[in-house]
Amino acid sequence: MASAAKKLLMDPFSDNNPITIQVLGICSALAVTVKVETAIVMTLALTAVVTLSNFVISLLRNVIPSGIRMIVEMAVIASLVIIADQLLRAYLFDISKQLSVFVGLIITNCIVMGRAEAFALQNPPKESLLDGLGNGLGYGIVLVAVASIREILGFGTWLNFQLPVGENFMGNGLVLLAPGAFIILGLLIWGQRTISKYVED
Amino acid sequence: MEYLNLAIKAIFVENILLAYFLGMCSFLACSKKVDTAIGLGFAVIFVLTITLPANWAIHHFLLQKGALAWLNPSFADLDLSFLNFICFIASIASMVQLVEMILDKFFPKLYHALGIFLPLITVNCAILGGSLFMVEREYNAAQSTVFGLASGVGWLLAIASMAAIRKKLRYSHLPDGLKGLGITMIMTGLMAMAFMCFSGINL
Repeated sequence: MASAAKKLLMDPFSDNNPITIQVLGICSALAVTVKVETAIVMTLALTAVVTLSNFVISLLRNVIPSGIRMIVEMAVIASLVIIADQLLRAYLFDISKQLSVFVGLIITNCIVMGRAEAFALQNPPKESLLDGLGNGLGYGIVLVAVASIREILGFGTWLNFQLPVGENFMGNGLVLLAPGAFIILGLLIWGQRTISKYVED
Repeated sequence: MEYLNLAIKAIFVENILLAYFLGMCSFLACSKKVDTAIGLGFAVIFVLTITLPANWAIHHFLLQKGALAWLNPSFADLDLSFLNFICFIASIASMVQLVEMILDKFFPKLYHALGIFLPLITVNCAILGGSLFMVEREYNAAQSTVFGLASGVGWLLAIASMAAIRKKLRYSHLPDGLKGLGITMIMTGLMAMAFMCFSGINL
């Protein structure tokens, strides 16, 4: 049991990573990664939402009629996202302004919906909770990795700390813009798939 | 002229997919064939153009601060905008359902061509994202309709050109790890860079 739980939690970190292998939740992975700070806040918000939504949907799985399951899932997820959004606005107003519409877009983030459909509907609450936590954190690892590369190359800082890059350091503007995000994530996926030997046909 | 400017901006300069990363999931999943990509693109245009004014009306007449004053003066400082998310997603889901039924009844050919893509659109972030941008940028009714239409056209443009590129890409030799998602992301990056040439256009 212990090893099964560990597998549920650890698998999404690399072998079954939601972003690089399952191809879920790419939108926000690109949009909020200009700085490490926003990436971490987004990870926390998404992890909380996916963990709780998996848990709630798994509890309800035997009473949800299959015909309207999408709507029920949407209602659960949207309510959780509203709570997360209100909390961010109350305690981290500046960061929530920077995240702008992307907190609301957690509702349509494929990770949340995908895990609810693929896992929580068939499995008991405890396993679903672990699965949600694992996938949220697996998403976070990629997010923080992309954000670190972009912030270091673009501003010469990491988590707002000045790095010893020297006075002549010129921020690379490209990595801060949209094309930079696409290319960095593409290269990261290449690296990750080469290590985990995953081939898509 | 103002509307044309808004449309050009939403299609080219601030393309919803290439500059704001919205609708990436279906972009990556459905860009393998040109036909399906174009079908999905038109479905997105259709739904965006309908849902944006609808959500504008919901926000403007029901949820905005003071919007319920027409019902009873004592509601004048009631702010229900925290209900935006859940109302928008509900209206999008029901709109998609409605569009599906209307198409099935009156345009069966189009309905069969779009097929499974219509229900998928509910969870496309581009649709909800469009509504949220509309609130954030405080568009009026006409502006939000134009913005919806133009965002949809921009999305179609991006997915159709990506599908065409991927068709060619099938015959090239790539390292194993780069196949599929990896190279698609890098190509999208190059496309985004090309679209950045449009920035600064102002009519």
